[in-house]
Amino acid sequence: MASHEAPAGTGKLEALGVWVNARFPMKKMWDEHAAQYYAPKNFNFWYYFGSLAMFVLALQIVTGIFLTMSYKPSATEAFGSVEYIMRDVEWGWLLRYLHSTGASAFFIVVYLHMFRALLYGSHRKPRELIWIFGVLIYLALMAEAFFGYLLPWGNMSYWGAQVIVSLFGSFPVIGEGLVEWIRGDYFISDITLNRFFALHVVALPLVLIFLVVAHLLALHEVGSNNPDGIEIKKTKGPDGHPVDGIPFHPYYTVKDLFGLGVFLVLFAAVVFFAPEMGGLFLEAPNFEPANPLLTPAHIAPVWYFTPFYAMLRAVPAFAGTQVWGVLVMFAAIAVLFFVPWLDRSPVRSIRYRGPIYKFALMLFAANFIMLGYCGLMPPAEPFKTLSVIGTIYYFIFFLAMPWYTRMEKTRPEPARVTK
Amino acid sequence: MSAASRFAAAVALSLTFAAAASAATSGWPLQEAGTDVSNLASLQRGARNFVNYCLGCHSAKYMRYSQLAEDLALTEEDLRASLMFTGTRIYDTMDSAMSAEQGRLWFGNAPPDLSLIARSRGPDYIFTFLRSFYEDATRPTGVNNAVLPGSAMPHVLAPLQGLQQPRFETTTGADGKQTQHLVALEPGSVPGDLPAAAFDSFVRDTVAFLEYVSEPSKARRQALGVWVILFLLMFTTFAWFLYKEYWKDVK
Repeated sequence: MASHEAPAGTGKLEALGVWVNARFPMKKMWDEHAAQYYAPKNFNFWYYFGSLAMFVLALQIVTGIFLTMSYKPSATEAFGSVEYIMRDVEWGWLLRYLHSTGASAFFIVVYLHMFRALLYGSHRKPRELIWIFGVLIYLALMAEAFFGYLLPWGNMSYWGAQVIVSLFGSFPVIGEGLVEWIRGDYFISDITLNRFFALHVVALPLVLIFLVVAHLLALHEVGSNNPDGIEIKKTKGPDGHPVDGIPFHPYYTVKDLFGLGVFLVLFAAVVFFAPEMGGLFLEAPNFEPANPLLTPAHIAPVWYFTPFYAMLRAVPAFAGTQVWGVLVMFAAIAVLFFVPWLDRSPVRSIRYRGPIYKFALMLFAANFIMLGYCGLMPPAEPFKTLSVIGTIYYFIFFLAMPWYTRMEKTRPEPARVTK
Repeated sequence: MSAASRFAAAVALSLTFAAAASAATSGWPLQEAGTDVSNLASLQRGARNFVNYCLGCHSAKYMRYSQLAEDLALTEEDLRASLMFTGTRIYDTMDSAMSAEQGRLWFGNAPPDLSLIARSRGPDYIFTFLRSFYEDATRPTGVNNAVLPGSAMPHVLAPLQGLQQPRFETTTGADGKQTQHLVALEPGSVPGDLPAAAFDSFVRDTVAFLEYVSEPSKARRQALGVWVILFLLMFTTFAWFLYKEYWKDVK
């Protein structure tokens, strides 16, 4: 193409750019995904969490690389090597706290990001695949977090892994073999630690990066949704760009930079002043090395898994097996994949939906937090009953969605985005 | 045992332990340690107490003497004069003179490493534990502990605290069974070298030192955190103005 020839009078850097662009679509990609990607101009607070999730992913990868340089994936050395990082490695304590706080921060921003989709109908046609890639990212993230949690080889790491891996044992016939296959041993051992390390530092990060790329490509193919839930592509200006769209760069890059600043202030407050977060992010029993003979007083998964743990415990053993709770827990994740088709409302955004969906969604959010709280508590009353009620509502919200979203009277959507 | 029943057993086991542990800890109220990790004099006294009374049996195997010197404003000479065993080098960790095997032989249990005890159990737990030994002739050590009944640890601080006496109350259950409850610990006939208040501050210093040992970078972390957050607030302010400037033309 003629435009790739450097015009007279350009500098060396520009000349290099021209040279590269003739051989690699650098400018093309930049335009497609940033400078010429038209995003709706009415993004609000809820739209910060996508870019924040990307930032946290990068942070986890970078801190993870440096932690790997000093960490030893072996049952005899793992716990000591983490303390070595905390005490003897230059800035090791900072790397470790950034990584452990980053894990929790990842789930916080991802949960808020998912909630945003349910608020404004970002999962609706034609964005079903974006949502499905998103749920897959969430699944991969849970696996990543679970494998990583074993690595410090503290006593909670050990027993948490023990309980969760044992869940697979409740499947009839294949259960026992499956558990042995996962652990690679008859109990959680050095072998288990080594394979969890491999999965945590190589396999799942690769899967995550691949899925994030797919998530973004799908998003940029159909364009972003917005708080009004209408297509900005329907109203285009004489230049062929949506009139309610603005180039992602520089408008949203500077806006997200501000969002990142706010996030970092909160994040740093935790890292520097409350890295244990009262035992939610780093649990007290995990400062004791793994001990197969000593069970911690109360085993609970990390907070981001507890809603599902509560559902697992809410289902009683039936016909001589615990498998039902496990199935309910898996179903709670599986149901997410079907949301784009369960939601039958004629409008996308909560702004134009009726009171039933508004109420159902708020109750769902409150219910999810309540389930999370129940999962942290010992399985005693009132948490047992609350877990049962919470589990039932969790599924009602999704399974009754085709009816309550369709029958409800909605308000007309505007033609153009509102402020 | 099938995997399913093993899972059930693991859950059941955890519940049993939950009950047992809560009986062991919540049964005896923990007192507030009231430690101040930023008080250097307290940490120095705590280090002396730890070396004199704890290190004989307990190690702090992740703690280096050199780090101790740096953080507690001590010179190598100070350390050699009062804190380090002969033959220990400045870059060594605080290892106990007693091996784990000897510990098992002499006490039935290897005394746990104390590097992280303040993070796994909390300062209040250690503070209350160290103050709650009482005379119990049925125990091999001659003492029992209100916080951790049946503890294998002897009352190392008895010369300082004296030997406390337990006061039990007998209650009769609905089934007519009588059970004894420990309700209070009272000063015994043999007084210690330290008055009660001095003993408490002795224990407080020791616990503060253990708190420091559990995370030596804590003071540096918090000091740095102030500057990081100030910087980030400034960064965010500039980012806000940049955002507003760019968005001026978005109608």
